[in-house]
Amino acid sequence: MTATAEPSVNEFGQARKRKEDARLISGRTRWTDNLTLPGMVHLAVLRSPVAHATITSIDVGAAKQAPGVTAVFTGRDLADEQGSLPCAWPISPDMVAPQAPSLAVDRVNFAGEAVAVVVARSAAEAHDALELIDVDYDDLPVVLDMEAALADGADLVHPELGTNRSALWAFDSAEVGTGGDVEEAIRGARDNGVVVKRRFRQQRLIPAFMEPRSVVMDPTGEQMTLWSATQIPHVLRVMIAMTLGVPEHKVRVIAPDVGGGFGGKLQVTPEEIITFLVARRLGKPVKWTEGRSESLVSGHHGRDQIQDLTICANRDGTVTGLKVELLADMGAYLRLVTPGVPILGAFMYNAIYKIPAYHFACTNVFTDKTPTDAYRGAGRPEATFAIERMMDELAAELGMEPLELREKNWIKHEEFPYTTISTLTYDSGNYEAATARAKELFDYDGLRAEQQRRRAANDPVQLGIGISTFTEMCGLAPSRVLGSLSYGAGGWEHAAIRMLPTGKVEVVTGSSPHGQGHETAWSQIVSDQLGVAFDDVEVLHGDTQSSHKGMDSYGSRSLTVGGIAVVKAAEKVVEKARKVAAHMLEASEDDLEYDRGRFTVRGTDKGTTVADVALAVFAAHDLPEGVEPSLDSDATFDPENFSFPHGTHLCATEVDTETGEVSIRSYASVDDVGTVVNPLIVDGQIHGGLAQGIAQALYEEAVYDEAGTLVTGTLADYLVPSAVDLPHFTTDRTETPSTTNPLGVKGVGEAGTIASTPAVVNAIIDAVRHLGVRDVEMPCSPQTVWRAINAARGQVKSTSEGSTETAAGGGLGSIDSQHGGAR
Amino acid sequence: MIPAAFDYVAPSSVDEAVQALAQAGDEVKVLGGGQSLLPVLRMRLAAPTTLVDLGKIAELRGVRDDGDAIVIGSMTTHHEVTRDSLVAAHAELVAKTTRTVADPQIRHRGTFGGSLVHADPAGDLLAPAVALGAEMVIAGSSGRRTVPASEFFVDYFTTAVAPDEVLIEVRIPKHTGWGSHYEKFNRVAQAWSIVGVAAAVRSEGGSIAEARVALTNMGSTPIRATGVERALVGQPASAEAIRSAAQHAAEGTSPTTDGNADADYREHLARVLTGRAVSEAAGVGG
Repeated sequence: MTATAEPSVNEFGQARKRKEDARLISGRTRWTDNLTLPGMVHLAVLRSPVAHATITSIDVGAAKQAPGVTAVFTGRDLADEQGSLPCAWPISPDMVAPQAPSLAVDRVNFAGEAVAVVVARSAAEAHDALELIDVDYDDLPVVLDMEAALADGADLVHPELGTNRSALWAFDSAEVGTGGDVEEAIRGARDNGVVVKRRFRQQRLIPAFMEPRSVVMDPTGEQMTLWSATQIPHVLRVMIAMTLGVPEHKVRVIAPDVGGGFGGKLQVTPEEIITFLVARRLGKPVKWTEGRSESLVSGHHGRDQIQDLTICANRDGTVTGLKVELLADMGAYLRLVTPGVPILGAFMYNAIYKIPAYHFACTNVFTDKTPTDAYRGAGRPEATFAIERMMDELAAELGMEPLELREKNWIKHEEFPYTTISTLTYDSGNYEAATARAKELFDYDGLRAEQQRRRAANDPVQLGIGISTFTEMCGLAPSRVLGSLSYGAGGWEHAAIRMLPTGKVEVVTGSSPHGQGHETAWSQIVSDQLGVAFDDVEVLHGDTQSSHKGMDSYGSRSLTVGGIAVVKAAEKVVEKARKVAAHMLEASEDDLEYDRGRFTVRGTDKGTTVADVALAVFAAHDLPEGVEPSLDSDATFDPENFSFPHGTHLCATEVDTETGEVSIRSYASVDDVGTVVNPLIVDGQIHGGLAQGIAQALYEEAVYDEAGTLVTGTLADYLVPSAVDLPHFTTDRTETPSTTNPLGVKGVGEAGTIASTPAVVNAIIDAVRHLGVRDVEMPCSPQTVWRAINAARGQVKSTSEGSTETAAGGGLGSIDSQHGGAR
Repeated sequence: MIPAAFDYVAPSSVDEAVQALAQAGDEVKVLGGGQSLLPVLRMRLAAPTTLVDLGKIAELRGVRDDGDAIVIGSMTTHHEVTRDSLVAAHAELVAKTTRTVADPQIRHRGTFGGSLVHADPAGDLLAPAVALGAEMVIAGSSGRRTVPASEFFVDYFTTAVAPDEVLIEVRIPKHTGWGSHYEKFNRVAQAWSIVGVAAAVRSEGGSIAEARVALTNMGSTPIRATGVERALVGQPASAEAIRSAAQHAAEGTSPTTDGNADADYREHLARVLTGRAVSEAAGVGG
């Protein structure tokens, strides 16, 4: 057998650099757009420039004659085959959903919707020919505002549905029996306590993954093969079979290396269906790759909710009830999990607090905008933002120190496991420990003292401290819970381990990495489980032919579900090897001890390794009676509970009261994600998460004008911050192991995003609350902050909210085509 | 994000470039560093039939001393401007402003002349050119002409350079020993300026002897804040005097309203940022 490095220490907990990074960072790898197949043609998509219109005619004659063009298709050409894009989460029996064609047939319902495609020898020729297609649109009234959409007599996005209301989903603790009646609690507090009511706006965001989406479809083999820059190759295969009526075994889906997703690639996209159908029709491989602006306008968006909250408390700060009423913008269609995203928040508004009465109601609304769907955190950032903002508002109302108010209401560490009013059971946590550590790292008391000094001196630059003591539910998910929420699938994950004769290991995972570092983390786990070197483990993923079974990666589920499946598979390998090892060592199985790949006979120096057993099994010359010659094993793990990471994030902002500019002075976070496989990966997830959460607080918003056109259609207008725009992050961890999985791990992929947004906004308001400001709408741009300060001071009337000007600010969108161009 | 097809010409001298422009007709664009033009082409906001690339014309690159002025070749990259000792010594305002342009990648490709001819009112280099009284040297089929910065910028994305002409160099009068500062206000590092203020100040014995101030993105072209300049001259270099003079900053401006800022907010910013820019240039603490 080949020489194999002996692992000397536990891999679990090592800050290993990621084995996949060299190829990912250099780009010399298998991105979908890097693929070139023999005879491949290129597809480009013509998109609607208008938000709502009837398509009266499409003239494709000139485009068909253009150089290099193979074919042109409209929605009518594909109407009999394309079916309706799947929505896997019908949240209520009476949910209303429109037909969702991949290529619009009679009507467009958002600007950016696909209306025709050109296939040509080159992508350039396909794009040239798009300009020759002539579409006549008959404009329809544009529905953009959720409240107006719900009013009597409102114009309708989908007139055939008779309403813009898709569904109402509600939870009430008194009805379910988990707590009291919230109206009663509010009445009680009006008499004897405090009631605080606020409206928050969760602006629309765009996932803005780094790798644009790309699809290649090869119809020439016995199995049709679809490569896609997707988070969900396994789900996609099932959905193609179900949506298009294609036999599932005739389809192979591959997600090669994928450059980011953040939920934005948790989708069955129109372009995947179109590319599939067109390639099948033509009998040739077809590639579609989007441009950045195409991505921003047509990939699904996130957030976009209006949140009305009422919280009530006794005068001593004990919270007595919470009422949450949401409007959630679906956009024009229900995509894969669109309706369920705001519902995930239903379980999180009570957060880390013991709230005795709770009511949640969410109304899902159609508008003529790009559909929304999962975006990092999906429903939980919205909930966390709202409750953490409310805790600060309540503290201000009560005149309490905001951390003390939180501590008064949070679940104490000795109270775990704790079943919340929204029916979840938090297995473990220690909010006191994380908060104490965060205060120490942040110099909480020192900054409070400086804040007082600046206030007293009337410093033009004021200091604010923002708090977010968050938890979240992730590791989606126990299948029975998903069933109770009417979700269309289970929440298990699959893994398999193949023991190779030379002692090397192939790990097959149903998780589908798109930047998370699964190859490294899974290798570390298996290295410990089977006693093989880190470098002797190969992780296979994202191809329904090799990793045939899976539920893919989203909702911080890969480690807590997929990683545990790997552990379970490894345990089965060890159990199989134990029988053979006992036979090889001429000992009883009961006398064998096992530690990291090595079997020893108790009380002797006799032993063997899993690797040696693998070779013996390969030879199969001398196996015990009834033992089949294979150690290969697989496992499908269905978690018994969600994962509940938590933490305390503290943000100090400096607000320039003369300009409204906000700068983050310091940011300290202490996250508890249970035990940690690789601290470097965890740090990376936290840093990236913080960046995205801070971006929501300060920078990003998908803005539409009155005609329903996305005006933030380039990265010059949609402001994704870069490293220089973000502060140094001081991060640390406490480790309270999960009690619901054998590794003790909790999810980390969304924690930073969920936690950070309210920390930043709370800090901004804390800096200027003494001036009378009690809310600033996100994103907290300099102008928005400046107007909030002026409105509070009563010096200048606030015009920003009434402003109808939504033109992009100085970006590419403002370049006039007549005059554009550097000379 | 694929441009429409175009013919590409890469002349090796100014004369050849001028000739190429004359032959190409109306639908021609001049390619400088490409940092604004290429996105426009890729988004198909413009579809010229010919691109004339100035990148191979060596004489358009570099900075030279010309007596009472320095001369910056139009194809000198932003990066080169920030590293040039003549610019640092005699037009420090230009060097400081250029350091705020976009990011290092763009500063290595983008050119001084390209930014000026693109004439985006949110572009940062226009204001210092106006403030320092630069002169633009333009070549065309009928020879060379010189246009002062005050007449060079005509409107949004429009300059005095005709379609068959090329900006070849920019003469900047020496402002040796002047204090300077560019106060840029934007939302993320790579975003365009919401408002910018370019200020250069010559102090004499604790007083402001001369001041040059110009504003970015306060109208369709860069605007010289003459009211501020007048109010500064002869005043003591003090925070109070500067703040008072800066109140004139929005006079004569006509800022737009867009997604980042309404016009009234821009006017307010112009006043606040002018105070800060001049204070910094004059070495006066907040």
